[in-house]
Amino acid sequence: MAVRTQPIGADASAPAIAGGSRRRRRWAALLREPGTALGFFVVATLLLAGLLSPWLPLDDPTKINLTDRLLPPSAENLLGTDHLGRDTFSRVVHGARMTLLAAAATLALSMTIALTVGMLSGYHGGWPDTALMGVVDLLLAFPSLILALAVAGALGPGLFNVLLAAGAVWWVGHARIIRGVTLGARQMEYVMAARAAGAGNLRIILRHIAPNIIGPIIVIASLDVGWIILGIAGLNFLGLGAQPPTPEWGAMLNDARPHLQTAPRLLLLPGAAIFIAVLGFNLLGDGLRDLLDPRTARPGG
Amino acid sequence: MGAYLVRRLVTLPLLLLGISAVSFALLNLAPGDPAEIVLRQRNPGQLPSPAAVAAMRVELGLEAPLPAQYVRWVSQALTGDMGRSYLTEQPVAEQLARRTVPTALLTAVALALALLVAVPMGILSARHRGGALDTSARLAALVGAAAPSYVLAYGLIILFAVKLSWLPALGYGSATQVVLPAIALSLAPMAQLMRLIRASMLETLGQDYIRTARAKGLSEQTVSLRHALRNALLPAIGAIGVNLGYLLSGAVIVETIFTWPGLGQLMVGAALTRDYPMVQGFVTYIAVVVLLVNLAADIALRVADPRLRFGREER
Repeated sequence: MAVRTQPIGADASAPAIAGGSRRRRRWAALLREPGTALGFFVVATLLLAGLLSPWLPLDDPTKINLTDRLLPPSAENLLGTDHLGRDTFSRVVHGARMTLLAAAATLALSMTIALTVGMLSGYHGGWPDTALMGVVDLLLAFPSLILALAVAGALGPGLFNVLLAAGAVWWVGHARIIRGVTLGARQMEYVMAARAAGAGNLRIILRHIAPNIIGPIIVIASLDVGWIILGIAGLNFLGLGAQPPTPEWGAMLNDARPHLQTAPRLLLLPGAAIFIAVLGFNLLGDGLRDLLDPRTARPGG
Repeated sequence: MGAYLVRRLVTLPLLLLGISAVSFALLNLAPGDPAEIVLRQRNPGQLPSPAAVAAMRVELGLEAPLPAQYVRWVSQALTGDMGRSYLTEQPVAEQLARRTVPTALLTAVALALALLVAVPMGILSARHRGGALDTSARLAALVGAAAPSYVLAYGLIILFAVKLSWLPALGYGSATQVVLPAIALSLAPMAQLMRLIRASMLETLGQDYIRTARAKGLSEQTVSLRHALRNALLPAIGAIGVNLGYLLSGAVIVETIFTWPGLGQLMVGAALTRDYPMVQGFVTYIAVVVLLVNLAADIALRVADPRLRFGREER
C-alpha cells in the first residue's frame, strides 16, 4: 500500500511545474481538514503496523498455548488471549498486514481490469465500446458481494481465491467512469494536435490521456479501499477466505463466534479494527476527492 | 414514455439471457469436477472411485457439450425448474421460493427503517446546513458507512441480547426477533440515503422556484416539505435499486449471524459446500430481482418527474 500511495501522489504533482508551489500548498491544506488529518493518521498507523509487524516485539500470532486460554487483558497480553491462548494484540496488529496486502492486491487487480476495459472502450469507441459496456451493464445487475461470494465459492476456500473473486467483480463500476474520463480527454484539442503531429496511439494514451485520468483514479481508488476491506473481511468472516490460524480480522471474528457470551472482546476487537481502518480510508478518500476532483478542485481549468 | 417503456421491455429478455449466461459461465469455469464434488459431499472422507465419478457425470448431464448444457439449463429454468441441490437433492427453485419470504421481510423492514431515519434527517440536515444537527448527522453517516454489518450485528447482540437481555439475539418467527437484524442491515443504506437526500435537498433549496415560494411568503416548513421535498426525493427513488443490492449483500451476512432462515443463509451454505446448482440459481434469481426492481424504479422516476418524460425522450 505504501508503495502505491506515494508514487501516485508524486506523479500527480509532477506534471505541474509552474504551479508547483501552489500544488504543494494544496496538499498541505489537505491535512488541515480535521477529518482528513484523522484519516491520514489512521492510514499511516495502519501502514506502519502492516509493514513492521513481522519485526515488532510481539508474540507469535499463531502460537497456541492452551494453558493461557481466554486470559483477560494484562501487562503481558495487552488485549488478553483468545480461545487457543494466542495473544490478541499481536493477532490484531498482524491482521493489519493481512488486510492491507489483501486490499492492495484486490485494488491492483480490479484497477488493472477497469483501466484496460475503460480506456479501450473510451479511446477506441465503436463496437468494442458497445460490447464492453454491454458486459458492464449486465454485470451491474449482480450485487458485487454476492457475485464475489459465488466466484469464491466456485474456486473453493482460501484467501487467494477471495482476492481473485473480489478483484474480478470490483472493476465493473470503475470501468464506466474511466471510459467517461478517457472519452473526454480524447476529444481535447491537444490530443488532436498530437495526433496531427503523427503520434501513435500508445504514445497518445501514455503521454496525453493517462495524466488526465490519474486524478479520478486516485479518487476512485482511495474511496474504494474502505469498501474492499469491508468486502474481503466479510468473505473471510463467512469462512470462504483466510482459514485459521491466519491472523486476519474477518477470520478472527468468525473464529470468535462461539465465545460471544464468555469473551465478547474477541469479537469486538477485530470488529473495531475493521471499522477504524475503513473509517480512516474513507476520511482520507473524501479529502483526496475534494482536492483532486476536477469539478470541485479546478474551476476553470 | 411509451417508446421508452417499449425499449426497456424489449431489452429486458436480452439482459435476462445475459444474466443466465454469466451465472452459467461462472460455475462452469470453476476448477474441479462437479461430479467428484457431489460424491465427496455425499460421502465425506472417501475418495470416489473413477467409475462412480463417471456414473455421476452422466447422471448430472455433464457429458453433454457446454452449449448444450446451457440451453438445457435455460429452457428448464424457463419452466421453473432450476435443477436440484447437489447436497440435499431438493429442487433449487422450491428452496429459493421458500427462503424468499424471510429475506423479503427482513430487507423490507430494514429499508423502511433506513428511509424513516434518512428522509427526516436528510431534510433537517440540509435546512440547518453547518449547524450542530447537520454536523452530527454527517458524522453519524460517516460512522454508519464504515461500520460493517457483521461488526454492528455482534455489537447489537452483545449489548441488547447478552448484557441487557432486552431482545432475542437469534431465530425467526416473532416480531421482536426482526429488530436486531433489521437494525444491523439498515445502517449502511441509511447512511448512504441520508447523504444523498441531504445533497439533493441542498441543491433543490437553491433553485429559483424555491426562492419564488419563499418570496410569496410561504413558511419555511411549507417550502421545504411541499415544494422542495418532492424534487429532492427523486434521486432517492433512483437509489433504491442500488440500495437493494447493498441490502441483499448485507442480508447474506446478517442472516448468517442471526440464523435468519432466508436466501442469504442458503447462499452461504451453498457457496461453502460448492453446491453449484444452488449458487447458480441464487445468483440468477438475485440478479433478475435487482434488474426488475431497477426497471420499476426507473419507470416510477419517469412517472414522478415530467422533466425526464418530455426532456430527453430522444436518448
